[in-house]
Amino acid sequence: MKIYFKYLKILLKSQMEYRTSFILLSTGQFFVPFLIFISIFLLFQRFPNIGGWSLYEVALCYSIIHIAFSLSECFARGFDSFSSTVIKGDFDRILVRPLSTIIQVLGSKFEFTRVGRFTQSVIVLIFSLSNLSITWEIYKIMTLILMVISGVFIFVGIYMIGATLSFWTIEGLEVINIFTDGGREISQYPLNIYQDWIKKFFTYVIPFGTVNYLPLMYLLDKTNRSIFMLAPLLGILFIIPCIFIWNFGVKHYKSTGS
Amino acid sequence: MKAYYSLFKMTLIKGLQYRISALAGVSTQFFFGFMFIMVYQAFYLSNPATQPISLRELILIVWLQQAFLVFIMLWFRDSEIINLITTGNIAYELCRPTDIYNFWFAKLIAQRLSRAILRCFPILLIAALLPFPYKFTLPDHLTTIILFFLTLILGLIIIVSISMLIYISMFYTMSPTGSLLMFSVLGEFFAGLTIPIPLMPDFLRNLTYMLPFRYAADLPFRIYAGNIKHDEAIISIGIQLFWILLLLTVGKLWLKKALNRIVIQGG
Repeated sequence: MKIYFKYLKILLKSQMEYRTSFILLSTGQFFVPFLIFISIFLLFQRFPNIGGWSLYEVALCYSIIHIAFSLSECFARGFDSFSSTVIKGDFDRILVRPLSTIIQVLGSKFEFTRVGRFTQSVIVLIFSLSNLSITWEIYKIMTLILMVISGVFIFVGIYMIGATLSFWTIEGLEVINIFTDGGREISQYPLNIYQDWIKKFFTYVIPFGTVNYLPLMYLLDKTNRSIFMLAPLLGILFIIPCIFIWNFGVKHYKSTGS
Repeated sequence: MKAYYSLFKMTLIKGLQYRISALAGVSTQFFFGFMFIMVYQAFYLSNPATQPISLRELILIVWLQQAFLVFIMLWFRDSEIINLITTGNIAYELCRPTDIYNFWFAKLIAQRLSRAILRCFPILLIAALLPFPYKFTLPDHLTTIILFFLTLILGLIIIVSISMLIYISMFYTMSPTGSLLMFSVLGEFFAGLTIPIPLMPDFLRNLTYMLPFRYAADLPFRIYAGNIKHDEAIISIGIQLFWILLLLTVGKLWLKKALNRIVIQGG
């Protein structure tokens, strides 16, 4: 763990060397999702609600998933862009070091420019919470924090599966974007607006529903079942099979030899 | 002229080779298309009052946007040209007895065209087999289809002329990040890709009508869907031609100026 923070510090310093590029990219990371939120805001000027959820409730949904996404992209970028490591044969170097492969790949890359996306999501979160009347108690605050953590774990899990696939395909697979970018876009809105098969897929197979939809039903008093506050914990479990799949892939790794 | 045509043909054939990557792109775009439609569907359920665009028209537009995504995306970039400028290999390009603007223009058009050819048919075909209301259908009039293709091609020319400006700006900035970012963020929004233009509030809609972006992405699709009538479409073609003339002139003059002060980086 100590080594992980050392990696973090070194890479932060190296990215700060290119300051203009850093500022530009962060600005972009701020405005690209921000315009999406503006669009949602404008749609709500014409339509009163979506699937029974108001603008502020959707904003809460949106901010949670975007915070989780920006954190996972910043800290697990190594898995997200893993195919280039395989192509260059750099993974051989990782294998000979006496340290877990997961920590090393996690530490190989950080995208600090995601601070832009993170900032805009926090702004949306504040905008939403200041307009909603939630009676805050310790359980609800804990649920909110767990939701973000669970989101990060699920995104990282998907990156790991994508990275594992590139052991075989060498090249990165664009299809995995359906689950990362697609999952993010899907869970910007509450899951109940979608067709049943999408709802089930993103609850039981890739559990994005446990990140915001189910626990928000509890937070916003849309259900009596307080068991929903535990849903994010189930989402966190998603990482376990992903770690197994990753380890399986590492065992079958054949170097590209370049 | 012959040189530009053969470059166009070569790039086109090269682009058509990437069939597997196109397949992956098709499934991703198909998924996103489905998602957008479901979101709009849910919105329309909440307010049955008439909107400036019907859900049915919107569904057709979503499918067309996904099918012709490479025609309308500004962030789609050619790393070869970027490398030429940043590494100094532009010197070779300048030695060629061809006009550099036309040369790149032909290449960029062919790239987008080849990708669109590979992707649009599978997406539209599958969408046509879906059950109602997701189904993709043909418009009633042949004139609509002709107007659609005409505006689509003119729109492609507009997009490529705008992206030429991005490449030319790199002679000054040496990095595509800044201008690419600015253009693609604002361009996408004002082209109606994040929120359909008819659903925007009035002042924003008027603003988009004054910018070139919507004439590439929004206009042809709304003509197809029947949201823009034929007489308005014909006026819009005139505006498209005006933008093309303006963008081409500005691009050519700017490139000439940039080449006058060019410093070749490295050897």
